[in-house]
Amino acid sequence: MNETVKNLLYRIADDELIIGHRNSEWTGLGPILEEDIAFSSIAQDQIGHALANYGLLNEHFGEPIPDIIAFSRNEKEFHSSQFVELPIGDYAFSLMRHFLFDHAESIRFEMLSHSSFAPLASLAKKIKGELKYHTLHADLWIKKLGQGTEESHARMQTALNEAFPYALGMFEPSKYDEELKNENIFEGETTLQTKWLEVITPILEKGNLQLPSLPIKERMYGGRQGYHTEYLQPLLDEMTEVYRLDPAATW
Amino acid sequence: MVSNDAYKALESVMDPEIPTLSVLDLGMITNVAVNEKNVNVKLLPTFVACPATFYIKKNITDALQHAGFEWVEVDLETEMSWTSDRISDVGRKKLEAFGLGAPVQIDGVLNLDQIEHVACPHCGSSNTELRSMFGSTLCRSIHYCLDCKQGFERFKPL
Repeated sequence: MNETVKNLLYRIADDELIIGHRNSEWTGLGPILEEDIAFSSIAQDQIGHALANYGLLNEHFGEPIPDIIAFSRNEKEFHSSQFVELPIGDYAFSLMRHFLFDHAESIRFEMLSHSSFAPLASLAKKIKGELKYHTLHADLWIKKLGQGTEESHARMQTALNEAFPYALGMFEPSKYDEELKNENIFEGETTLQTKWLEVITPILEKGNLQLPSLPIKERMYGGRQGYHTEYLQPLLDEMTEVYRLDPAATW
Repeated sequence: MVSNDAYKALESVMDPEIPTLSVLDLGMITNVAVNEKNVNVKLLPTFVACPATFYIKKNITDALQHAGFEWVEVDLETEMSWTSDRISDVGRKKLEAFGLGAPVQIDGVLNLDQIEHVACPHCGSSNTELRSMFGSTLCRSIHYCLDCKQGFERFKPL
């Protein structure tokens, strides 16, 4: 039971940490000032959400403090999906990932707000309200650029085609799903994926964007079990560079 | 000492990002328990990722010690979620005096309409538009007044 909840919390928190790090790479480089601020704020939220979930692991399951969890593991120990570790690409790709990721998180936390694990339910209620700003921001751009010029539409469709197989990796089934469901902790990745498709499809249609149809074998699974792309370890090396100089330093 | 002493001290603990607004104005205090020279305060953080939470916690401890409490405990409230509906009427007036638009009441469900529409804190006009859902801090959005032609920030409804 403990292992089950721990695994769930690691999956959630690792996704938030890694995507937060990626999104922060737009700070100072955003195509317009408002978008620079938006991605920076979204990144800040995500790092904060990671911290809160690592906090639950520390407080309820005896895991190390959040800084140690975040900064002292190698890629094999990360349970994040491969989707979040991909480089930021062009702005179309980052926007599309933001849209696909934040809708999944928003529904995930809505589901978790009814969790039988009370500390997580309470945190999820708080987080899902904040995510409203993320999803509304993403929806706006999907519609605007999808309906914009021929070029903006083509770039958004290309981004969707590239992102989608990896996005499905967020819902990689796990051996813990059944117990999570039986214990009313979390309804499971399959249910989440179904709800997610129901939400994103009509919004994509407003931007005349089409979900690619994919055979199951093209879903980018593996991240939840520690199998990552070539992009995660360099990200971790950069993220932990200062920490590794003196892990015992206090600030 | 009595709980009034504690509340008086808490009135002096300001949000570091909006220094005219106290933790009481923001609705961040959910309980104050005083027992002689001991005090326990429950603090409800606003945004999950707000970097000011731990700074505020420290400032509360300092203010209560300064007021004469010998043993001060500040616990983070995790049973309930903060919402901008908790900001007091006085707090809303202080926000506007500081130049920030005040959040509307959301009663549990936040929608785009509530995020887009706000009266200009400078001229009071409701002829304003949303420029960005994200502002200079996590709790602010950016707006523009079409009447007095000034940009302004707003404390986000949450």
